[in-house]
Order: sequence, then C-alpha cells, then structure tokens
Amino acid sequence: MASNYEVTKDEILAISGVNPLKCMQCGKCSGTCPAYDEMEYHPNQFVLMVERGEIDKLMASKSIYKCMSCMACIERCPRQVEPAKLVEAIRLAVIRKQGQNHLIPDDVPAKLDPDLPQQALVSAFRKYTK
Amino acid sequence: MQRIGVFVCHCGTNIAATVDVKAVAKAMEKEPGVVFSTDYTYMCSEAGQTLVQDSIKKYGLTGVVICSCSPHMHELTFQKAIAKAGLNPYMLEIANIREQCSWVTKDIKVATEKAIVLARAAVAKVVLNSPLTSGTTQVTKRALVIGGGIAGMQTALDIAEAGFKVDLVEKNPSIGGKMAQLDKTFPTLDCASCIVTPKMVDVGQNENIRILSYSEVAEVSGFVGNFDVKIKRKARYVDEDKCTGCGACTEKCPMKKIPNEFNHNLNNRSCIYIPFAQAVPKVATIDPRYCLMLNKGKCGICSKVCQAGAINYKAKDEYIEEKYGAIVVATGYEQIKVDKYDEYAYSQSPDVVTSLEYERLMNAAGPTNGHLLRPSDGKEPKKIVWIQCVGSRETCDPTKGPARGKPYCSKVCCMYTAKQAILTKDHYPDTDLYVFYIDVRTPGKNFDEFYRRAVEQYNVHYIKGQVGKVTPENGKLMVQGSDLLLGEQVHIEADMVVLSAAIEPSPTARPLATMLTTQMDTNDFFTEAHPKLRPVESATAGIFLSGMCQGPKDIPETVAQASAAAAKVIGLLCKKELTNNACVAHPNEMMCNGCSQCQGVCPYGAITYVEKEFRMPDRTTKVRRVAQVNEAVCQGCGACTVTCPSGAMDLRGFSNQEIMAEVDAICQ
Repeated sequence: MASNYEVTKDEILAISGVNPLKCMQCGKCSGTCPAYDEMEYHPNQFVLMVERGEIDKLMASKSIYKCMSCMACIERCPRQVEPAKLVEAIRLAVIRKQGQNHLIPDDVPAKLDPDLPQQALVSAFRKYTK
Repeated sequence: MQRIGVFVCHCGTNIAATVDVKAVAKAMEKEPGVVFSTDYTYMCSEAGQTLVQDSIKKYGLTGVVICSCSPHMHELTFQKAIAKAGLNPYMLEIANIREQCSWVTKDIKVATEKAIVLARAAVAKVVLNSPLTSGTTQVTKRALVIGGGIAGMQTALDIAEAGFKVDLVEKNPSIGGKMAQLDKTFPTLDCASCIVTPKMVDVGQNENIRILSYSEVAEVSGFVGNFDVKIKRKARYVDEDKCTGCGACTEKCPMKKIPNEFNHNLNNRSCIYIPFAQAVPKVATIDPRYCLMLNKGKCGICSKVCQAGAINYKAKDEYIEEKYGAIVVATGYEQIKVDKYDEYAYSQSPDVVTSLEYERLMNAAGPTNGHLLRPSDGKEPKKIVWIQCVGSRETCDPTKGPARGKPYCSKVCCMYTAKQAILTKDHYPDTDLYVFYIDVRTPGKNFDEFYRRAVEQYNVHYIKGQVGKVTPENGKLMVQGSDLLLGEQVHIEADMVVLSAAIEPSPTARPLATMLTTQMDTNDFFTEAHPKLRPVESATAGIFLSGMCQGPKDIPETVAQASAAAAKVIGLLCKKELTNNACVAHPNEMMCNGCSQCQGVCPYGAITYVEKEFRMPDRTTKVRRVAQVNEAVCQGCGACTVTCPSGAMDLRGFSNQEIMAEVDAICQ
C-alpha cells in the first residue's frame, strides 16, 4: 500500500546532496547522456524540475529507470551539479515506499539472457529495489 | 593637553542603518581628551568637511577622529581637510565603522557596540599622535613596461610620446604578442596584422623606446619613483646589432623540424629562426634546445652563411640593471590547456583545434597560407562545429575534486567565434557551420549586430546546448550534443571541431606579482587598486596594469586601458619629486644592540648599520654598531619593529605605545 506521504524537494536535496541552483542550463549533461532518447525528462530538465519542486512528476516518470547511472553527466558537468545523483535520489524516494520495488526476484528468470553479466543483475537489484 | 573632536559619519544609510550613530557620538563625549563629538550624514561631502574645519577652529581641536569608511577610501581626503584648518595631517585617525562594522552585520546592537569600541580605540591613539612631516624623493624619469603585446606596446608608445624613456621587456624573440597571431578582428573584420605590425614598427623606431626582447624581469626592488630592476637578457646566440634579418641562416639551418610556436605548432620552423616575417626586432634567434652546434659542437652552418658575422655560439645570458620611476605590467594571457577535456578528443584527433589554432589556419601568413585545410589530411573541411565555454564558467566545489576550468566568462569567445564563422563562410560558402553555446554574450558597440549577421546573413547554425562528446571515427568527428530549445540530442558528423578555450593569465604573471609585491586574485589576474575608480593602478604605488593581465578584455578595451595606464605613468613621471610616507621607522640608538635582524627583514633595503660613538654613564666613550633608517626608502611596513628583539625600532604614526593604547581601549 503506497502511503500518501509526499516527498518534498528538500528531502530530494538532502538525499542527493545536490544544489540545483548551481546549474546554468548549459545542457552538457543532456549532450552527454547515452540514454537521452529513452527519457521523457532529460538530465538538464531533471535538474530544473527539482529546482522548481516538480517532484511528483519526476517520481511518476519512467525516466528514472532509464538512467543507467553511468555518471557521465557528473563527470562532465562544468558546475559540479551532479544530475545523476538527483535521478538516484528520486528513484530512492519511489522504491522506498512500500510495494514500489521496480524489480522483483520472480521476474528475473524471464529476463535472463546468457550474455547478461551477473554483475548487472546485482546492480539492478541495488538500484531498483528496497 | 590634547583637545579631540570626534565626527561620526552616517554614510547615507551605509552606516546609519546598522549603527546607532547618535549613540556613538554621545558615547565618545565621555572619552578622555574629547571636547566635541557629533554626527553627520556625509562627512566626506563639502559640508561635512567644512563642519570638521569649523569645529577645529571653534573648539581649538588638536586632533580629529573620523568614524567612517576604510582609511583606504578617505584618509587622504580628511588629512587634506584638517591641514587646511591648520592641523598637522597626521593628527587624524579614522575609525573604520563601515567595512569592518556596519557592512558585516545586520545586528544594530552589536554593530553599535563595536563602532563605539573602534571609535574609542581611535581616540586613544590620536591623543598620543604627534605631528609628522614628510620628506621628498626624486623620480627616475624612465618607465618599464613588462610585456610586448598590444597592451604593452600601446602603453610604451604613449609614455614615449610624452617624452619619457621606456624600456619594453618581452620574453619572446619578437614583440607583437597574441594580436600578431590573429587573422581578423571583430566586429569590423579589419586585418589584425595590418593594424598591429605598423604599431610594432612604431615601437621599434621610437627613439624613446628600448625593446628588450627575449628578456625577462629577474629581480625588482625599490619603491615608487625609484625601482631597481634586474632584467635577464636570454642568450639568443645572435648579435642583435649585427643581424640584418636577411634570413639566410634560417634557410640553411639543417634542423627544420622544430615545432613552430608562432603557428601553435601546426607546422615546423628551423632551429635558428625569425618568428614571423614582420617580427620586431627582426633578428634571428637560435633555439638552444635543438641547436647541433650548442649541443654537440657540430654544424656551425648559420655562422658560415651569416654575411654580417652576427652568430655567437659562446653567448651567455646577461643581466642588466636599471632604475625606473614606474612599472607597467602587461603580461597578457594564454588559452588553457584543453587536453584535460577528454570528451572533446583534442589529444585524439588533429582536427580538433583550439580557436587560436584556427586563427592560424585561416591566416594568410599561417601554416596553410590562409587556405583552410584540415590538419589531418589537408582537405577542406565542409562541416565545422564550434564549442563555446570550454573551461569558462566552470565552478569548483573543493569537496568534489578540482575544477578543470575557470569560474569566469572569458568574454571574447562569443565574438571571435562569430568572426571565425563569418570569415569561414565568406571564403567557403558551401561549408556548414554549427556553434554550440550556453549564452551568446555580445555587449559592445556593433557586437550583437555582428552576431546576428552570422546567423541571418551567413546562416551559421547556433544551437543552444553543449557538446557532450566528440568521437573520432573513420576520418570524421562524431559530435554528440544537446539542443535545449528543441529538446533533442543532436549528432553531427563534422570534419573539424573548434574549441573556444578559456583564457587564463600568463604563467609568468604570478612570479612577477611576487617580485613586484602586488596583489592577484584567485585566478591570477592582477588586482586593481579600486575596481571602479582606480582600474589601471595596482595597490602597490608605482605599479600599473595594462590589458588582459588584469582580466579578460578585447582589443579596444585593452588599448583603452593601455593608454590609461600610460596617462597614470606620465602623471607620475612628470612630478619633480614625490612626497614620502611620513610614517617611517626610526631606531632608538640607545636601545639598539646591533643585531642586524631588522636589516634582514626590511623588504625595501632601507636599513643600514653604522659605527657610532656614544658617551657612556662613566664618562668614557664607546663605539657601538647601530641601525639607521633611510627615511626616503622606508615604506613604513613595520616588519623591523616587530622583529627588533630589544624594542629599539619604532614606527612613526604607529608607535608601539600608540598601538598598545588602542588595544587597551578595545579591551576596556
């Protein structure tokens, strides 16, 4: 049962340690992101939306599962804003709610692929489940 | 008995909004020695100064305390004001209740409390002040300009025009600087060489200017009006007076694969070289790193072909020493190293170039004679991408690792990119040009019009967004970036990528700042004495700033600042004599034990020791070694007074007794 508790912008900032006001919307994160085309909200928009407090929209978006956590945006951001940490914080805010795990063990056998490294599975569990 | 007047300034609301000025004035009435205390809106205004002067006469004041802004701002103003009313200017104390009080808090209670304490300290000191008289020194009527770029050249020319001798020190073999390497200038598109090379000739021919090229400042001592400077003249192994610049040696030199710095290493030069055709002085220089004769003792071809007999392999670095009245710093800039930006593939592909390299590729005197060709295969590029703000506007959170770039905007990139794009389209209309930008900044006369021309007339594609990565692939450069306005990621298959790399001060600037004992900011730009009102002076008297060494600026701004610095130098050199600082050190000879420690710490060399005969209490005489201060040289820094173990050295106007009285007043 998902609670009615609303995640606030301040909580996202506290979890991520990111200050979105440092962002100058240069777009280098979005120019970098390998998952850009998969995303509804792009990395630079992500930072701006957190700054504007549009946390609900982000939590409801599938974009948060498209981020591959490659950290290229963090590496290249000229203002050291660290967009991937915001994505991570939103994802955490979602899956910490009861019943919101994005990956459950029962689904795994169907997804198995001989080329899929074990490590990817472990890290997927770390990212997508409580 | 001293009669002190206290004047508390409101500074509009700067002070009065945070400090209860009436309470300060009232509190001062009770201080010992104070006979009059008041407050006023603007003490520095004419009415304020008149109030001080009238009060001096009315109450027979012998000393004045002004509670106002920093003494840096208005100490001189008030010294002059009280001198007009007949007081010695050193009978003034300023209590800084603005910068050090009202501006650092919003708490009225604590600010008022602190203002009272500061005022009380000033009163305690002024009671002990004694009238001081300044001496004078002569001014050496010669200026030194460090850096031979457009800034240094303009400054040198203007000073020389006024009739003063100027030495122009340039570290490279020729003057001309970065401007000589540029193709055209924005926004008028006039040819950089056509306007800078005549200037170089003017400098070379001006009889008041001596060019010390291939030279560096090695040591600086002295003070305003009387600087002693040691200049290292690096051995160029060619006699400047004999060399005619015919270039025969450069043609015959067998070492021809030396990276050509003037062309940003895009082609090669010979080991003995003249950096470019219009070099001033037009004399050859041997690069000692590669010369076969210097390194292996074999070759000597240049010496054989030189008709003038100018080659001297035995030449050594020489040092010359000269006196100057004023020094102008014009050390200019460099572009940052872009190889740390792996994502832009600068180290992976020769077709990724910096904007200054691109200037050389377009320049008629450049490595390709002005024919724009890709460095990798010598073909004409059809699709070129510019990336703005490479290393500019980057911030650093020290907890998250070091920043790669600079926090400031480099100011000139937006405009030279528009220029490069327009020139490229002019010569090669079938090229496709893209500019990735964060903001296009075009403040300046005809600047925005120029940028719009690039867009509207030349159809240069400006994309708001940044490039994430550049990947060399099959002879092309795959550029991946964001288009923020369309909300798309774009992929461009480019032939060339131009990086608008941030500018940074010359690496020679910081050691020079140390030598000159002048200030720099955290980015190594020289700090001006006042950001608004004294933009071409450094905080150190007699040291002036010209051009990019003080901050990013374009050519017209540089030339304007260069002429302004020259005007300041001329104003200084015109003076018959300079008034010395009256607050100088003086030793109590009876207490001096001759240890020489003060001599060791004095940065100005103002202290010497003499043998002096003293009468002893038993009527015998004894010769003792005691310190002497040259008051014309002493700048009153106080290093000797804190070093002196016997307490013999004291500073006029800041005596130990006066400082202790201030401390006591604060600790009351």
